[in-house]
Amino acid sequence: MSQFMLLLHEDPRGFAALSPQEIQAVVGEYSAWRERLAQQGRLAGGNKLKDEGGRWLSGHNGRVRVVDGPFSEAKEVIGGYFMIEAADYDEAVAISRECPHLRYGGRIELREVDPIHD
Amino acid sequence: MRDTDQGAVTVHGSVDLLFRQRAGQLAATLTRILGLKHLDRVDDLVQDAFVQALKKWPYSGVPDNPAGWVLRVAKNRAVDELRRQGRWREKRDELERSILPAAEAGRAFFSTELTDDQLRMTFACCHPALPRDAQVALTLKTVGGFSVDEIARAFLATRATIAQRLVRAKRALKDARVELEIPAADALPGHLDAVLEVLYLTFNEGHGASAGDALVRGELCEEAIRLVELIAAHPVVGGPKVHALAALFLFQAARLPARVDAGGEQVLLAEQDRSRFDRALLRRALEHFRLAAHGDRVTSYHLEAEIASCHALAESYEATDWVRILDCYDRLLELAPSPVVALNRVVAVVRVAGDEAGREALAAIGQDPALERYGPRYAIEAELLERAGRTRQAAAAWSRALALTTSEPVRRYLQRRVALAQGAG
Repeated sequence: MSQFMLLLHEDPRGFAALSPQEIQAVVGEYSAWRERLAQQGRLAGGNKLKDEGGRWLSGHNGRVRVVDGPFSEAKEVIGGYFMIEAADYDEAVAISRECPHLRYGGRIELREVDPIHD
Repeated sequence: MRDTDQGAVTVHGSVDLLFRQRAGQLAATLTRILGLKHLDRVDDLVQDAFVQALKKWPYSGVPDNPAGWVLRVAKNRAVDELRRQGRWREKRDELERSILPAAEAGRAFFSTELTDDQLRMTFACCHPALPRDAQVALTLKTVGGFSVDEIARAFLATRATIAQRLVRAKRALKDARVELEIPAADALPGHLDAVLEVLYLTFNEGHGASAGDALVRGELCEEAIRLVELIAAHPVVGGPKVHALAALFLFQAARLPARVDAGGEQVLLAEQDRSRFDRALLRRALEHFRLAAHGDRVTSYHLEAEIASCHALAESYEATDWVRILDCYDRLLELAPSPVVALNRVVAVVRVAGDEAGREALAAIGQDPALERYGPRYAIEAELLERAGRTRQAAAAWSRALALTTSEPVRRYLQRRVALAQGAG
């Protein structure tokens, strides 16, 4: 079993126009997906990342430059991440494919964790 | 009926009801904190709190007390708002009280003051300075947590019409510098009719959910009943008309357990198991019905309650007093003519005078544009065509009804009817 990280890219402006009824539906779908993974023992963690306060750090000739991340106005930001357990990329893709995120215009970046001890 | 109060329930149970049910309560609480003139902001804050939940819960799971979570987020935003306006100090005590559980909810009135947050909001939003339709739409949206689509279906109107009506209503309030406020006791009656209409439409949406997987949304019916009973008990606005509306709700609610089978499918009136009618609700309905008779004026709510009583109290479908029902529809048409009433009357005409008379009554309604996109119109037509042996036309009419419904159980029922009619044709 390997660990995979799902980075969920989303358009933060997309949610504002949803009605309570629609929000219910979306939350319900995510919850069902997440619960199913947890029950199968495939969910290794996950967190939402804060909307505000992001920073970009970069090195320039020995100096570190820190600027605010252009997050809140950006078209696409990483809203959060999940860690899952899967045998290989095929299985990880199969799990990610079911994530409701893809039905609501988001994108998922899937990366396998490369542990130090194989 | 199920207990719809929050608490740590299953993921699905908690989320399915939470947003819709809490929207109005949240709006009411926030309005008390921020003041009614900030209604626009209240809308945004409620939406904002829901969006926060939407963004966070997928990752962290639904919290143990989802309603408390949403309220806390909304309250924190309201506090930020007050800080910015420099009004934090004066409002702090009220805020502390408001985050306590809603102890007032359900408490009866002991004075002429409206003590229920949601009822206060409802009366405030039903402001006589606005056209009646706008009052009702605004209140359904703000206090009832209805989506624009749901309101559109309630009014047999398009989404765009309702969206525009809401924008105009808010602008009108702003332009006229109308201060939305909880009306004083002597001003309450001026708001009453629109408030009752709001409750009527809320109950209707609960009684026959216009979209989605459930045929019935019990929580909407319960909320409408709770509020109408509070109003009925109020010394200034309570009266025969309010009791009539309460009786109508309760007669209808008593039949709800029999309207859906174990698989969530709709059970038609003729096949409902009458032993499953809720006796306790029937008793309450009868008590309100008795009090409704004290006035000197018969309202449409009286007549609708009487019709509902005929259905709820009949020993069997066959024993239903259709003559009395038809008489009520006739009086209803005189009192408050509407295409939907005329359509429902057709069913009573069929029962009393037969299919041919029913077809004539339906033809008399003709092509009322208000009913053009109203599914039940075609279902009734289909039923009559089928009974006349005109199965091909019946199948077409069933299909038309099917195309117009957005409710899943109704869709499944109509699909069966289309298939049956096509098979027979």
